[in-house]
Amino acid sequence: MNIFVLIKQVPDTEARIRVSGGSIVHDGIKWIISPYDEIALEEALRIKQKSGATVTVVSVGPADATSAIRTAYAMGADKGIHVVHSEYAMLDSLSIAKAIEAVVRAEDVQLILAGRQGSDSDNGQVPLMLATRLGIGLIPFAVELTVGDDSVRVLSEAEGGRAVYQATLPAVITANAGLNEPRYPNLKGIMEAKKKAIDTRNFSELVPSWESMVEVVAYGDADARPKGKILEGETAADKARALVQALHEEAKVI
Amino acid sequence: MRILVIAQEKDGAFRKSSREAVTVSKKLGAQTDVFIAGTGAAAKEASAYGADTIYLFKTSEYDAEMQSRLIAAKVNEGGYKAVFFAHDWYGRDISARVAALLDTVVLSDATQISVDGDRVAITRPVYSGKAKVQLKSKGPVAVVSLRSNSFTIEESTGKGEIVEIFGDGMEPKAKIVEFTPVVTKRVSLADADRVVTGGRGIKEAANYKLIEDLADILGAAAGATRAVVDAGWADHALQVGQTGQTVAPNLYMAIGVSGAIQHLAGMSSSKIIVAVNKDPEAPIFGVATYGIVGDLFEVIPPLSEELKKMLG
Repeated sequence: MNIFVLIKQVPDTEARIRVSGGSIVHDGIKWIISPYDEIALEEALRIKQKSGATVTVVSVGPADATSAIRTAYAMGADKGIHVVHSEYAMLDSLSIAKAIEAVVRAEDVQLILAGRQGSDSDNGQVPLMLATRLGIGLIPFAVELTVGDDSVRVLSEAEGGRAVYQATLPAVITANAGLNEPRYPNLKGIMEAKKKAIDTRNFSELVPSWESMVEVVAYGDADARPKGKILEGETAADKARALVQALHEEAKVI
Repeated sequence: MRILVIAQEKDGAFRKSSREAVTVSKKLGAQTDVFIAGTGAAAKEASAYGADTIYLFKTSEYDAEMQSRLIAAKVNEGGYKAVFFAHDWYGRDISARVAALLDTVVLSDATQISVDGDRVAITRPVYSGKAKVQLKSKGPVAVVSLRSNSFTIEESTGKGEIVEIFGDGMEPKAKIVEFTPVVTKRVSLADADRVVTGGRGIKEAANYKLIEDLADILGAAAGATRAVVDAGWADHALQVGQTGQTVAPNLYMAIGVSGAIQHLAGMSSSKIIVAVNKDPEAPIFGVATYGIVGDLFEVIPPLSEELKKMLG
């Protein structure tokens, strides 16, 4: 079985995000595989261990964004495809989905896994767009996954409950928190990952003509919250009383 | 400008996020029509917020693929300049499929919106609220999803006409074969006006009940931090933060929550934030409107009593 995992390289979730001149400052940021994508990759590696599979990670990004692929190698991915665009920041979800579509169409892929959303743009659009464009099934927010020879059964976090989806392969599945706990790469994996080749593709060869459907006007700092206050009181009961009073009279939320 | 609002019914009523979306559309001065799938019980309510035509797709099954095709076809046929979704489970599952069918993207999770000619401009949080970005649509149609609780609801007048539309008979590629509702009397995080979240400070699984009880007094949703979920004290579905849900209720109470950056990212756009924590240096106090420095086990009992008195 050929499994493709879509991984996005994003700033560490611990990172403070700074904005300067309408753009995000990238200096000094530690880059990681987006957390949900890491869960998707872990699931692919577990399928590989259980029933054998080739796991290929695909990442669209700037030329220097290879550390996510190296980390995926260290975790156990077999192949890495890096789709490079010199002005990556200009790409929108649709053009990224089109590039991945072009990669996928040239291969024999049974299963495509991705995180439910990237932890940077929080869009969660690419997997849905990819499935729609390929005309194959999409199962969102997976928390449990059972892969058969030509079908997949997935338990998903759905609106107001849990849904079991059934789809024939190929299909796209997005990983939710709770699907698994991703492994840490071991030293041997990390060493081997450094030597492994990355299959680099040129974005404009995959998508010869494209136009961004969104104009990024400017990034800005998050709105600052008004300064709060610490409620004083002799006892816990006094403080609790002061809080309820403030919520009722000042904030008017109860 | 003509805008199609993709609405939802929830327990037979017109969902709050749908009322928000219709209000936003009307405020932008657009002729507003509505698409709604379900039993039809909520369709009439759309008129009360000013919708002109309500396209009703009667169905007892949830087929995202078919709904996306029906919506995209309606957009093309009706010459809509924008399509509005709520940025909730349903909006996340459908909007990007619709955008792909319309050869565009979703301007997602908007907290502010305006119209500039035929283009839609939004502001939205990114990096889970650590920064924000202003975006503008390009192309003939803008697909937008709105963050819940970011826009006020206004009633309007109107006698919208309900037009029933029908499925295309195609089988879905991915089909829901079983559905188990989560039986809870509590409101879901996505819909909640008030959220009470428990953090590591609750110390053990059994104490999560304190959070639930407090939530029940307030009619709030119960939430949890990643530490609490990872420890198995609360379900994954209740996790608030960068790898959980992002919420922006009117009242957010963080009990025994230290305020890791990933947690703050998921709740810091809440209107009023209350923090109860023993450690006066806890980062949660940096975003709190009201803070109580104290032992949560000492604060919760009198707080519950006071709230019960207040709320009757």
